[in-house]
Amino acid sequence: MTVGLFIPCYIDQFYPQVGIASLELLEKLGCRVVFPTKQTCCGQPMANSGFDHLSEGCNKNFVNNFEGIEYIVCPSGSCTLHIKEHLHYKEKEQEAERIRNNVYELSEFLVDVLQVKNVQAKFPYKVGFHSSCHGQRGLHLSSMSETMQPAFSKPEFLLNMVDGIEISHTERVDECCGFGGTFSVFEEAVSARMGKDRVAAHQKNNVSYITGVDMSCLMHLEGILKRQRSDIKVMHFAEILNHG
Amino acid sequence: MKEAIINHAQSAKQFNTDEARVNWHDETLWMVRSKRDKAAKSVEEWETLRSLASSVKEHTLSNLNEYLIEFEKQANKNGVKVYWAADAKEHNEIVLKIINEEKISKVVKSKSMLTEECHLNKYLEQNGIEVVDTDLGERIVQFRKEIPSHIVLPAIHLKKSDVSETFNQYLGTEKNNTDPQYLTSAARVHLREKFLSSEVAITGVNFAIAETGAVVVCTNEGNADMGVHAARVHIASMGIEKIIPKANHLGIFLRLLARSATGQPITTYSSHYHRAREGASMHIVIVDNGRSRQLANENFRNSLKCIRCGACFNTCPVYRRSSGHSYHNAIAGPIGSVLAPNMDKQKNYDLPFASTLCGSCTNVCPVKINLHEQLWKWRQLLTEEGYVSVGKKMMMKIMAFVLSYPLLYQIAGKSARFALTYFPFMLKIKKINPWYVNREMPQAPKQSFTSWYIQHKK
Repeated sequence: MTVGLFIPCYIDQFYPQVGIASLELLEKLGCRVVFPTKQTCCGQPMANSGFDHLSEGCNKNFVNNFEGIEYIVCPSGSCTLHIKEHLHYKEKEQEAERIRNNVYELSEFLVDVLQVKNVQAKFPYKVGFHSSCHGQRGLHLSSMSETMQPAFSKPEFLLNMVDGIEISHTERVDECCGFGGTFSVFEEAVSARMGKDRVAAHQKNNVSYITGVDMSCLMHLEGILKRQRSDIKVMHFAEILNHG
Repeated sequence: MKEAIINHAQSAKQFNTDEARVNWHDETLWMVRSKRDKAAKSVEEWETLRSLASSVKEHTLSNLNEYLIEFEKQANKNGVKVYWAADAKEHNEIVLKIINEEKISKVVKSKSMLTEECHLNKYLEQNGIEVVDTDLGERIVQFRKEIPSHIVLPAIHLKKSDVSETFNQYLGTEKNNTDPQYLTSAARVHLREKFLSSEVAITGVNFAIAETGAVVVCTNEGNADMGVHAARVHIASMGIEKIIPKANHLGIFLRLLARSATGQPITTYSSHYHRAREGASMHIVIVDNGRSRQLANENFRNSLKCIRCGACFNTCPVYRRSSGHSYHNAIAGPIGSVLAPNMDKQKNYDLPFASTLCGSCTNVCPVKINLHEQLWKWRQLLTEEGYVSVGKKMMMKIMAFVLSYPLLYQIAGKSARFALTYFPFMLKIKKINPWYVNREMPQAPKQSFTSWYIQHKK
């Protein structure tokens, strides 16, 4: 099975270890992984700021990079959702549509497509799980506190296979962290306040790490943790699943 | 009425300077959201009810002209006079004309977001009419010359001490007495006198039933009934979207409304007004005020399904931490941010951006309005029409250009990592980098994933 690895721009530039963990994890699970090296960004930062009409260049580049690859897998719920909902390219619309239907966030790919039953990983720490909104409410990676449905969570299903891990949840289990892309700078006051509240909720549980499916939320929380000189670290869930 | 002179982000920043008040506002509204969750979970068919309600509204909006005409016909049969107002101005003029014809100078009003939207109070006062809001929260904000900060809990931005101060000033209550029992008793005495001396009662409308020509008003304080029963003229103001086809449908909405709003199974009073009692008169003003424009816009027509429960306010993490006045409109929160740009793009183009697009609003909405998707859509339309700052536009254009070309992107990424490593102080000027006000910058790694991949895997 060939998997095209789609690495979000901010992971590429600031969190390469998340890309490496995703790649190694997929290879361990028997996938042939290709990484089209000319990929840049899915275009979400522009689109969510009201400039979807400027994302043509990104869309074109995205389609050209992933053309013909069977599965496209990304360690970010938010970027995956953006591609699923908004990828269009007039000259290759059929291929764009195929990509929209074949792009997966990493945990949903592992659970739904690969149907992973166990992982060889050890992580003997207490870990707070942060539920990222686009993965949860957009891609339905887990049940949502607002709707009446049986509880489930694809990323936590995987994390629970890790030796020694203790997963903890906060009060207000799926409240947004306040990152929101450019919201984090244009609405700085509310964004930071939301992040501080999430951090405080995890601190109450005495966790050593906060994890989740989106490094963007974790980058925002990390910024707050570091400002507070907290000992809590953030770690993408792929890194935990790949932790020997 | 305070005019909005600053945008949501600026007002929210101001609100956040008082951390204790933000804590309290956030926690109070979260408690309401939790009550909603509990109430919703107690109804096994909750999701089915939401789908039903959404479908009934969908059908009604698609046949609105017919149902409105049927409603008028039935109301007329009941001896009720029906008026049509194209906009807020016409609405206010119609109301004033009815009041003047009856030679009345005192009016009591029960909660109506439509009359807030039309700025009716101000208009009537300018024409020499005394208007008293009789919902407790509304009365408090009316004293303070503020607008409601929440459609269900109009004074939720105020604490007991604020109310005590206001009542001390306007009702002569003891200074610094913040006992809720004492304060509500004072309001009760004050409002009783107003109920007894007023001859016109204005109410809003929660549901208007086409089949019967009746209007239904939901309150917890019983103030709509008190007003209507004591007055000889009842004026009910409603937006065109309040129609439901049959009395049978009402059950679906009444089961959803209060549970979504406050977690109550039903509001204390669900008052049905079919006709005036003998010697009295009943008038219904049906108002468009931009609604048919919204109806014609396929991106936003769903927003007309709204039953004004306020659930999207209570769940919105941004609303809870920025308060209703930051939205500078009678209707705040996610639904307000969807409705306001339809009324005035220049004044309200900031609002669709007052959201992280987390999607919680869409999930709690009892009539399944796709709120966060509509916010996204407004962002596109407003930006394309030029409602955007020059700085943001330039930033986005540069970003889009760089991200379109892999080579430029790699260079930019390298430069950013280089800058973070060697000139971190440049990015640590809070005035030019809002991120840094409350957060550290991410640490720059030596190489990007792409260059690691090329080095190790290719």
